[in-house]
Amino acid sequence: MSVFIIITLIVLVFIIIYQIGRASEYAVVLRGEEKVKAQANGVIAILLLLLFPLGVWGIWECNEMFKDRLLPVAACKTGENYDTMFMVTTTVTGIVFFLTQFLLFWFCYKYQASSKRSAFFFAHSNKLELVWTTIPAIAMAILVAIGLRNWYDVTSVAPAEATVVEIVGKQFNWLVRYPGKDNELGKRDFRKIDDANNVLGLDWTDPHNADDIISQNGELHVVVGKPVKLLIGSRDVIHDVGLPHFRMKMDAVPGITTTLWFTPSITTDSMKQITKNPDFVYEIACDQLCGKGHYSMRGTVIVETPAQHEKWLASQQSYYSQNSPSATPGTPAAGENAKPKTDSVKAVTMK
Amino acid sequence: MNNHEIITEGAAIAHGHEGAAEHHAHEHHEQHFIWKYIFSQDHKMISKQFLVTGIIWAIIGALMSVFFRLQLGFPDSTFPIMEKVLGEWAKGGKLSPEFYYALVTMHGTILVFFVLTAGLSGTFANLLIPLQVGARDMASPFMNMLSYWFFFLASILMFVSLFVETGPASGGWTTYPPLSALKEASLGAGVGMDLWLLSMATFVVSSLLGGLNYISTVLNMRTKGMTMTRMPLTIWALFFTAVLGVLSFPVLFSGFVLLIFDRNFGTSFYLSEIFIGGKALPHIGGSAILYQHLFWFLGHPEVYIIMLPGMGMASEVLSTHSRKPIFGYFAMIISLIGITVLAFVVWAHHMFVTGMSPFLGSIFVLLTLLIAVPSAVKVFNWLTTIWRGNIRFTTPMLYALGFVSLFISGGLTGIFLGNSALDIHLHDTYFVVAHFHIVMGVSAFFGMFAGIYHWFPKMFGRYMNNTLGYIHFFITFIGAYLIFWPMHYEGIAGMPRRYYDYSAWESFKHFQGVNGFISIVATIVFVAQLLFVFNFFMSMYRGRKVTTKNPWGSTTLEWTTPIEPGHGNWEGDIPEVYRWPYDYKDDGNGGDFIPQTVPLRPGEEAH
Repeated sequence: MSVFIIITLIVLVFIIIYQIGRASEYAVVLRGEEKVKAQANGVIAILLLLLFPLGVWGIWECNEMFKDRLLPVAACKTGENYDTMFMVTTTVTGIVFFLTQFLLFWFCYKYQASSKRSAFFFAHSNKLELVWTTIPAIAMAILVAIGLRNWYDVTSVAPAEATVVEIVGKQFNWLVRYPGKDNELGKRDFRKIDDANNVLGLDWTDPHNADDIISQNGELHVVVGKPVKLLIGSRDVIHDVGLPHFRMKMDAVPGITTTLWFTPSITTDSMKQITKNPDFVYEIACDQLCGKGHYSMRGTVIVETPAQHEKWLASQQSYYSQNSPSATPGTPAAGENAKPKTDSVKAVTMK
Repeated sequence: MNNHEIITEGAAIAHGHEGAAEHHAHEHHEQHFIWKYIFSQDHKMISKQFLVTGIIWAIIGALMSVFFRLQLGFPDSTFPIMEKVLGEWAKGGKLSPEFYYALVTMHGTILVFFVLTAGLSGTFANLLIPLQVGARDMASPFMNMLSYWFFFLASILMFVSLFVETGPASGGWTTYPPLSALKEASLGAGVGMDLWLLSMATFVVSSLLGGLNYISTVLNMRTKGMTMTRMPLTIWALFFTAVLGVLSFPVLFSGFVLLIFDRNFGTSFYLSEIFIGGKALPHIGGSAILYQHLFWFLGHPEVYIIMLPGMGMASEVLSTHSRKPIFGYFAMIISLIGITVLAFVVWAHHMFVTGMSPFLGSIFVLLTLLIAVPSAVKVFNWLTTIWRGNIRFTTPMLYALGFVSLFISGGLTGIFLGNSALDIHLHDTYFVVAHFHIVMGVSAFFGMFAGIYHWFPKMFGRYMNNTLGYIHFFITFIGAYLIFWPMHYEGIAGMPRRYYDYSAWESFKHFQGVNGFISIVATIVFVAQLLFVFNFFMSMYRGRKVTTKNPWGSTTLEWTTPIEPGHGNWEGDIPEVYRWPYDYKDDGNGGDFIPQTVPLRPGEEAH
């Protein structure tokens, strides 16, 4: 019922506005069409002219409001390069933006219709076309050059000493696998997956798997200053490892392995001080729509000092020892009760 | 205005050799209602059918966005009205996540394909191509009719999918497999997805039938004297739009066929090594990325299929209402060609972070940023067109100016996203949402509104109400910036798109207030669009009548037809064309324009 009332109300209001509109049209005819049209034209020209300062003021207010919430502090070297490039691009596009928008609204005001003047017949100028073909082309060439330098930097091969960690997406959480003492990740096969005791389908005939550690709460523990290489995979649909503080993301595609590498430069603890937020945590956001729980597919990166990392590693059991193939199904995984405290009630993991 | 007499005279000259006895029988032939309004083969009626269907879809699609914006803006509130409209899906006045994604998906599909492709090209290519090139109808009026009816069928299928028990498709408008391929992956991947694929396949058929017609009409059916370089820019733009569609829609179609096979016949084109719903699937060796290549091979040109008609119409409207020729007519055509060609070789910039080879990515960076050059040329040419003009702020003119403003704003953020090194952080965040909504959503809509307000007198012989038009413009223009500008900031902070709720995220939850603000503005702008719809339908029957053939003082051919042209457009012979379409200059009799049908004066140089 209320739907119909609302619709009726809207229609009634429209009818009133329409009738006023029609009445004003009749009034225009009575008062002399040409004169009224010229007046209205002048009013619109002023309104359009006002839009420009209004817009600039709005942008200024927006910038003030968001200035501490824009790019979060970059937590790796490539992230800092990213920020520089972002500023360069913003400056270049910003100049073009303000210049062209100003001209647009200024011309509207300046060249509003007038019976005293007629339009200037100006159909083409090869010189002008050449100017505004060449300048954007040069600007683009510069931006491409900066972009490609950074791009090859980010996508280059990870250094040999990098720690290798595997991160696998599933609906709707992240599974992180560490190679354990032998520093090698064992083979896995999606046909061996069993939600009860082999979430990643580890092949138990491969001895490298015996000491692999799997954290099922989406915690990615890395050491500050040490490069880390992520091997990214997916169990079901496409997900995406989004790391806003490291200015990176990469899809997790079933059937193929993708990679990312970076060197974290600020520990989580230092970041809490930098951001003055005791709850600060580096988050991994799924950035590719993966189903109804997409918005709750959250992981965390814990950047630690080497000492902290050693301590954490020592407290971990290998996945094999928790769930040997003979173990009874349904053994709870170690990580289950170690959820980060910032997880609010809403971040229910959907199954 | 004394132009009116000149029009009449001009038309009289053009019709000078018209034999009194010579007339076209079908113009005076009373048609049955069904053949005149429903299964019509008259391009003008078909264009109105596309427009009205497009408007209905636009209301549905926009209402969906209001619903999911309410959820996003006020996750802690309930809206009983949503339960009234959506029933089970919004139990207790709160959208379920599953249906939230279905709404997002449908909003995208409807607006991109049904409104801004069919509703925009379908309307204006049909209306303007025959009228502006001087043809009595399309090359094949029957195929043209089929094009509408395939679109209608596609509409029915899509509409039905809204009501199936498991809900409509919910994997995003791009429907990436495996999410869209496996019924276990989401509710929307059930019957809803099958209907979505069938509907889209039908839609492709409609689009091809229409596109082939547009191309052959432009190439073959121009009137005497209408050389290619005397065509208005609207026709150039609509021509390239059709070329883009004809060459890229079949690739999308093939992508859909493979997806239908994967879904129903056990093939593994897109599927490999998947464990879902508690079991490992037998599929091996497929590539989920293959679908993305096939999809974006259309998906990117699609952006220009949406943009080009707006560009063409904005050019025409800016020139007419500034009383000045479009600046750089040839540069405009060359930039259209540049955009069309480049549109085919930039698709993978949507896929920088799919694990595609970084080297391949860098090629696409270069090609993508190249598009900025023809786009910049167009913007500067538009600005120079209004420079030293004599601008009349009619409603269509305001929309054309708004189009330029939004195209600049949305185009510039494309420079960020096209550069893979910046995209790697901004990809799939609200920065992308802001970018494409401004540049191909709102901006294309502004081109469409400019076209509707400008050609409404030709379509219905009446004007739309001016006062309502002004209100509609200012609310929509300011509202569009208020909605989409703040989204850039959210995206820069890394806030992902397609999230149902951000309150559990330490990095994004502080944007809650902004999200609420955006939702409120979006609702207001939605109501303003209803005002437009109201104005549109009221003016069809009650609007002020057009009393002269050429109300805007325009040079092009459509304004030489009778106020309400019958099937066949011109009574008597089709006028001959003697000059380019933008001769806004002193005609020697105190008028400020010379129609295309007026022969060159002695000593006058052709453009």
